[in-house]
Amino acid sequence: MVTSTSHTPTDGAAEIVFRTEGLSKIYDMGEVQVHALREVDLELYRSELVVLLGASGSGKSTLVNILGGLDTATEGRVFYRDWDLTRADDRELTQYRRRYVGFVFQFYNLIPSLTARENVAIVTEIADDPLSPEEALDLMGLGDRLDSFPSQLSGGQQQRVAIARAIAKQPAVLLCDEPTGSLDSETGVVVLEALERVNRELGTTTMIITHNVVQAEMADRVIRLSDGRISEIALNETKTPARDLTW
Amino acid sequence: MRALNRKLLRDSWRMRGQLLAIVLVVVAGVATYVGMRGVMHTLYESQEQYYTEARFADGFATVRRAPERVADQLREVPGIAAVETRVLAAANLDMPGFDEPVSASIRSVPDGEEARLNRLLIREGRMVEPSRGDEVLVNEVFAEAHDLQEGDTFTATIRGQRQRLTVVGVALSPEVIIQVQPAGLFPDPERFGVLWMSRSALAAASDMDGAFNDVTFSLAPDASLDDVIERVDLLLDRFGGTGAIGRADQTSHAFLEIEFEQLENTSTVLPLIFLLVAAFLLNIVVARLVNLQREQIAMLKAFGYSDYEVGAHYITLVLGVVTAGAIVGTVLGVWIEHLLGQLYLDYFRFPSLEYSFHLPVVLTAFALTAGASLIGVLGSVRRAVRLPPAEAMRPAAPPTFKPTIIERIGLQRFFDQPTRMILRNLERQPVKSVLTVAGMSAACAILVLGLFFTDAMDYLVEAQYEIAQREDLTVTFTEPTSPRALYEIASLQGVTYAEPLRSVPVRLHHEHRTQDTSLDGILPDAYLRRVIDRELRPILIPPEGIVLSDRLAHVLRVAPGDHVRVEVREGARPTRTVPVVALTEQFIGMGAYMDFEALYRLVGEGPALSGAFLMIDDAEAQVLQHRLLDRPQVASVLSQDRVVEAFEETSAETLLVFTFILSLFAGIIAFGVIYNSARITLSERDRELASLRVLGFTRGEISYILIGEIALLTVLAIPFGFVLGSVAAAGVAATLATDLFQIPLVLTRSTFAMAATVVIASAVFSALIVRRRLHTLDLIAVLKTRE
Ligand SMILES: Nc1ncnc2c1ncn2[C@@H]1O[C@H](COP(=O)(O)OP(=O)(O)O)[C@@H](O)[C@H]1O
Ligand SMILES: [Mg+2]
Repeated sequence: MVTSTSHTPTDGAAEIVFRTEGLSKIYDMGEVQVHALREVDLELYRSELVVLLGASGSGKSTLVNILGGLDTATEGRVFYRDWDLTRADDRELTQYRRRYVGFVFQFYNLIPSLTARENVAIVTEIADDPLSPEEALDLMGLGDRLDSFPSQLSGGQQQRVAIARAIAKQPAVLLCDEPTGSLDSETGVVVLEALERVNRELGTTTMIITHNVVQAEMADRVIRLSDGRISEIALNETKTPARDLTW
Repeated sequence: MRALNRKLLRDSWRMRGQLLAIVLVVVAGVATYVGMRGVMHTLYESQEQYYTEARFADGFATVRRAPERVADQLREVPGIAAVETRVLAAANLDMPGFDEPVSASIRSVPDGEEARLNRLLIREGRMVEPSRGDEVLVNEVFAEAHDLQEGDTFTATIRGQRQRLTVVGVALSPEVIIQVQPAGLFPDPERFGVLWMSRSALAAASDMDGAFNDVTFSLAPDASLDDVIERVDLLLDRFGGTGAIGRADQTSHAFLEIEFEQLENTSTVLPLIFLLVAAFLLNIVVARLVNLQREQIAMLKAFGYSDYEVGAHYITLVLGVVTAGAIVGTVLGVWIEHLLGQLYLDYFRFPSLEYSFHLPVVLTAFALTAGASLIGVLGSVRRAVRLPPAEAMRPAAPPTFKPTIIERIGLQRFFDQPTRMILRNLERQPVKSVLTVAGMSAACAILVLGLFFTDAMDYLVEAQYEIAQREDLTVTFTEPTSPRALYEIASLQGVTYAEPLRSVPVRLHHEHRTQDTSLDGILPDAYLRRVIDRELRPILIPPEGIVLSDRLAHVLRVAPGDHVRVEVREGARPTRTVPVVALTEQFIGMGAYMDFEALYRLVGEGPALSGAFLMIDDAEAQVLQHRLLDRPQVASVLSQDRVVEAFEETSAETLLVFTFILSLFAGIIAFGVIYNSARITLSERDRELASLRVLGFTRGEISYILIGEIALLTVLAIPFGFVLGSVAAAGVAATLATDLFQIPLVLTRSTFAMAATVVIASAVFSALIVRRRLHTLDLIAVLKTRE
């Protein structure tokens, strides 16, 4: 692992997908102000797999939420390609999320009253050029659990349904907030393998949040946040396949 | 089907118990609205159509005797389109197989030509032949009451002459859509009937050759009724006219109008209550659902569902419930409309009822329900939509508990741990607790409202017929008669006591308001006919001044101390101003009263009686009534028992049906509210309760926590329900009050007890269902799923 001061990835001429300029987020809690992000400058490139590391409370979720159009910054700018998300209104952000972003959450957030297939369909139905729910679930190795309800699936299976849901619309970016956070390491590896495969086969720009340093080994780049600031951006010369990770 | 709709269906199925309870409340509201409004429109349209077809007159006037040429003068009156003179005669009938006396009003039909106004519709048989004094047509209700067929005969006494009459047919008239005896207040077709006879024959029998004693007229378009009446009165005055009246004062029409008014009021107030309750229930259910699905909503938004789509999702659920309720309610409502229509046809004799589907009524019902429900859930849905998606991804902060008031003032040592949990939970969700109490109070209030009518009817009968009017028989004379007649009647066998009756038709004026009524004389030491105050104590009638019924005073806007102008409408027709000296409680009709001597002075004539009140020996009742009717000066005999009976058969009966429906629906509401609130409490707290079970609490102990909460809310709700119900009863009594009939506000202990019992029973029933679910709580499943 090599520390780098430039933001350039390996091949030097990659397309920039996200760019932030002096991004800050302050939660006003009345008496106290919480600085969740402090002047973050960052670029993310097409098709790269980035792992975002940091202690709990360091601002990881806040950053990903702002990139994904779920939250808005207090100061600074965020661009998705040429689109200034900081100027987008609610309706535009909804369109942005609908077209370009796939989310994977720590707690899966599946709809309990819908089957695996329907949980994916709920997203493909509003997408422009989606995979079919069956294809997406097949990709996640769940071709035989199409009609299972979330309560009939294990945690790892549920998270893979959630990934199938996120990738089925063929998003430009996949944002995963601690996708293995509530899984044991064995199941966690299976989920990471799935994400790795999506990144490799569909070329989806992927950002994975974790506070587990081992998982950083599968990334193209590793970004470290501490106390709302980027403390380090590291380029990973030799990626370890997810299957070989243990923690 | 779209996945989102599938979610909706499955969510609904999971909440089917709660949603069904709400659907029932909506059904109740829509059904009452569609049924009552529907029948109102049906009656109204049937009335309009019948009036037009039969040429129902616009004005009516009675005279003592006027020569036929006056008719031509009437035709000249500007604004009058058509005039029909006729002869009316009172008769007493001996109906075969019916022991009691029967009185009749015989009306003439023109000889050899069709009537210009108030045309008869022959239902059976044929028209009477001109000049045949032995042929009559009988009104349909009367024919049915006595099972009269074509060719049946009976004896009638007209002006003292006995005469045999043959029924040649059965008819309907727009003048007697409802047939009520002149002095009576309720239909009694067994003891009173309307008959029609040839004009020349009836004129001959009642000494009216070349003359008439009654006239009806129709108005030209744009004519003013008041102007025409003024001119008609001027013309007829010297022939003993008692003042022309418009349709509004025509008995049958007035009865219909009152019924329409009551239908309109009831069909507004009742459904409104149901709609509010439905809106309230939807509010708590949707608020809960949105809360429960915070993260699902956030996920949908994260994946690009718009605020609009998310809002529409929950609105669809609400509209689904409302639509289901509205459809079932409409079907039920149309059925109720036909049911009520058939009931009404017994009293209101239209040729037929033209039922039609009143789309505007149904649409209004639907719009009102949907509107109320949407307003009810708007807050929750807006909260769902406004939820910032990032916010919702974070697990909700654990609810903040504070020490309860009870703990703060140091009473907690009196309560065990589970009881403290109940109290804390109630304090933590004050809005939900308050709304649940409100819902249960509403159900309790509706029960009080429904039950109150029965008490009110009992009270009314007691006040009116046991305290104020204690006579057994009321005898009326054909015309004001010398007081000697009273002594003759008092001496008849079977009469134990007699009091004089003097009733003068008057028009009362105060400022610009007027009201026609009768002014009755009251004896200072009256025993039979008395006026009473609000506490039902007899009022000592002052030697001067007038006593008005509450309602009449209200209509004229007068209070004791004010003066009213009394225009006497018979005899020398004097007009005098007299002070109002007291008000009297009177539930049926609106009378005016005066000391006997004062009344004579006011009218400006010597003592004359309109009739007599009698107390009689029951054993002699039948014979006595016949003996009375045989006297030429007697026009009618009215039995108090019959009046009470007729009253109970009509008004009381419809009100009791109404009470039953109301109680049933209130039960549905009570159950709907309590069941919903208990189910929601259970689903909110199943994790907590399951954890307690895991920690070793028994089923009994956790049931106590949940059911204790329901019990506490129920106990809180009941007193509020009593207050609310009393206020609602007062409101409904006021809205249903008509000039004919007022409902006393009487609330008894048994009403409150019954209302409380139904609410408690619903609570127990809901608690039992919830307890069963609690006992089958799957501990592992509940603890495994993350809220
Ligand atoms: N809605 C919020 N209101 C107030 N403070 C918040 C809110 N969301 C996050 N924070 C605070 O912002 C900081 C960063 O939070 P977060 O981005 O969730 O960190 P991470 O995901 O790295 O654990 C933390 O101190 C957290 O307490
Ligand atoms: Mg986080």
